[in-house]
Amino acid sequence: MNKPSSAGAPPRRAIDIVNASLKRRYARERRFRLIGLTAVVMGLLFVALLFADIIGKGHTAFQQTYIQLPLTFDAGLIDPKGTRDPETLRSANYNALIRAALRDVYPDVTERRDIRALGSMFSVGAPSQLRDRILANPDLIGTTQEVWLLADDDIDMLIKGYIDRDLPESERRVKDRTVEWVERLEAEGRIEKRFNTIFFTHGTSREPELAGIAGALMGTFYTLVLTLLLSFPIGVGAAVYLEEFAPRNRWTDLIEVNINNLAAVPSVIFGLLGLAVFIGLFGVPRSTPLVASLVLSLMTLPIMIIASRAALKSVPPSIREAALGVGASPLQTQFHHVLPLAMPGMLTGAIIGMAHALGETAPLLMIGMIAFIVDIPSGFTDAATVLPVQIFLWADSPERAFVERTSAAIMVLLAFLILMNLAAVLLRRRFERRW
Amino acid sequence: MHSSTLLILLLGLMALAYHFGRKRAISSAGGIARINTLHSLPAYYGLYAALWAGIPAMLLMALWSGFQNEILIAILKSELPPSLMDGLSTGQVGLMVNDIENLASGAIVSGSVTPEMQAVADRYAQLQRFADWAMWLAVLAIAVGGMGYAWSRTQPRMRARNRVENIFMVILVVFSSIAILTTLGIVLSVLFESLRFFQSISPLEFFFGTLWSPQTALRADQVGASGAFGAVPLFTGTLMVSAIAMLVAVPIGLMSAIYLSEYAPRRVRSLAKPTLEILAGVPTVVYGFFAALSVAPLIRELGMSMGFSVASESALAAGLVMGIMIIPFVSSLSEDVINAVPQAMRDGSYALGATQSETIWRVIIPAALPGIVGGILLAVSRAIGETMIVVMAAGLAANLTANPLDSVTTVTVQIVTLLTGDQEFDSPKTMAAFALGLTLFAVTLTLNVIALHIVRKYREQYE
Repeated sequence: MNKPSSAGAPPRRAIDIVNASLKRRYARERRFRLIGLTAVVMGLLFVALLFADIIGKGHTAFQQTYIQLPLTFDAGLIDPKGTRDPETLRSANYNALIRAALRDVYPDVTERRDIRALGSMFSVGAPSQLRDRILANPDLIGTTQEVWLLADDDIDMLIKGYIDRDLPESERRVKDRTVEWVERLEAEGRIEKRFNTIFFTHGTSREPELAGIAGALMGTFYTLVLTLLLSFPIGVGAAVYLEEFAPRNRWTDLIEVNINNLAAVPSVIFGLLGLAVFIGLFGVPRSTPLVASLVLSLMTLPIMIIASRAALKSVPPSIREAALGVGASPLQTQFHHVLPLAMPGMLTGAIIGMAHALGETAPLLMIGMIAFIVDIPSGFTDAATVLPVQIFLWADSPERAFVERTSAAIMVLLAFLILMNLAAVLLRRRFERRW
Repeated sequence: MHSSTLLILLLGLMALAYHFGRKRAISSAGGIARINTLHSLPAYYGLYAALWAGIPAMLLMALWSGFQNEILIAILKSELPPSLMDGLSTGQVGLMVNDIENLASGAIVSGSVTPEMQAVADRYAQLQRFADWAMWLAVLAIAVGGMGYAWSRTQPRMRARNRVENIFMVILVVFSSIAILTTLGIVLSVLFESLRFFQSISPLEFFFGTLWSPQTALRADQVGASGAFGAVPLFTGTLMVSAIAMLVAVPIGLMSAIYLSEYAPRRVRSLAKPTLEILAGVPTVVYGFFAALSVAPLIRELGMSMGFSVASESALAAGLVMGIMIIPFVSSLSEDVINAVPQAMRDGSYALGATQSETIWRVIIPAALPGIVGGILLAVSRAIGETMIVVMAAGLAANLTANPLDSVTTVTVQIVTLLTGDQEFDSPKTMAAFALGLTLFAVTLTLNVIALHIVRKYREQYE
């Protein structure tokens, strides 16, 4: 028993000390839990903010402003000789048509400066829009039609509300005169926003209203196909060797350490490698899907190997023993029995690796993918760019209209990434086997 | 006449060889009924023939297309008429050869075209056509020859399976050494260029100089012709951005890992964890856009309203966004190690009357510390090597400053900017990029090796 206290004070038992401190300790517990919750909420908030910001900026880019104009396809301007020769039709001055139409609609505008301002309401691509129409249907010549013409990016921004009409004129990109015209057109119902097909069918351009992601998408497609063709077989082969056949010695240890380290090497370094070895040493043409996919294959290879090895590890040894037992050779065991069973896991790894390659930008900057390429590439050795690099280039452009187009391109990129990751998850759910 | 056509043709030939090899094996055994006299399954004889048809031909094709151009240029140079070569330096001859190549392929030429040049270009085009034809013939001949050889070797007693498997084994070994070759390629290419760089600029100046302005002049006598290559401002800039990123990522990442693994109900966990991991899957160029166009203006306005002067490309914006990017990296790595702490240790602590947070602080975190530190080191190496965010949101000005509201530049930004212009391949500017790359590679490699070592060593303790 404890010694009774001499002073007559109540004995301080351990439980009392504990009880006295409990309130403080519980408060600390709650505080700690709250901090943890805050951290999670902050992380989730960042996700929400990022997506909200991108979508908020980009959703308007899927629409494009068009202006309606009653336009006379004057035979004297398009085809003075009446031969309907496609060459003549192609080289006719369609800009003059638009100017003539504007003269009819705005007879009161006479000053040179104002006439030019009127003309610049339309995109520089509007004449070629007319040309394509005439080439497709030469019978239009001589008739008067209501045509919808592509608006300039400034007008587009004004209609979409990115340019504040209440600002003083000197601080606004669009002058009062033009705003007046636009408001008149709006009142007459001659301005319309339509789905932006150009964004999905054209290559890039200096003019935001003519810029599209088709070129970048095709470049990405060629790059990824070649990357997959290169890195998947090599990754699977390396994984099979390392996991199933390699003797445990210094050399294989070295390979193993190497693969783990390669997975963590900064991606710029791979750009340096591509520049020095593939372009400098082997003379692979710059800016092509070929050189991009070589670099990206080396980058995704560690991911592929690690995923494939994990998939091979999950196949139980009994499968191998059974195959060997009935007389299959080691390679037959692998290719006929182990690989098919590990395939879903390997494919999941491949999709994740491809998603990685799809979003990669930095190394591609150094191997010339930032060249300004308008044409849509049609092969592995055509000069091309890829979607993330296109985003980088557009993000650098000063025009306000490129901000929404960049965001829209990001939305497309993210959509592809989400699709790929979903595919990986579904594949895993559908085919995962637990032994 | 594209070389990809030839490749497809070769693949077709291989399929043909497979078919014939298989047939031949069966017939040499005396029909399908007596197939058991064959050493291997008929398919292996087919594969044997296909490999003989394909591999030598493909090797030849790779070698030929690798060297064709250089040999042709050498022939061309030896044949250049002296009238064209008169009084030209070697560099100018190179330019002219380039022009001739462009002329022959029908591309735009930089200089004026003389009839002599046109003649040489025609000759070059003719040589090229000839070489292409020769390659087609040689490759196809080798393929058919290989097929014939395999045909003649196909007898019931040939051990086709063993031969085919040996070839496959060799291919597997080659595949697995590609990882080593990649590292070797990185080290050699970076090292080689860096050594050349350090021949013109002393390493002492590079690693300890405080002035970075890599403009080199076009002419030697130009004002300010000598660029300055003191990389200290880049190192401090990199460190500052990474430090800001870690200040964001480590507390949030670590705390959410603790909350998700120790407190969160299963439902919350199964929702919050994948959502957080989205952050890891977003491409860095998207973060760069977010940092440059949304976060940086926000910080600038906020700073202005509080009376600070904020650069429009502040280190703070880049660091913050980079931190957001690294959160899931820190949290998933820490969650792994926290989950690896045995339940018995928690139970012991609870049995002594500790609250959950006390258990976490006094038991779990000390036990998981090495793993967490390893994870953080990996995250630091990620932050140092991150490129797109800083390229888009941090500046180009190499300021030696400790103010996070100022604009700084980083090693990766400089690598990218030095190499994206139209540069001579061997100007000090491009070689400086390789020297920076070498530094970056060495630092991140060291961090990774240490981190992986710690993580692995720690795991062994509880398994």
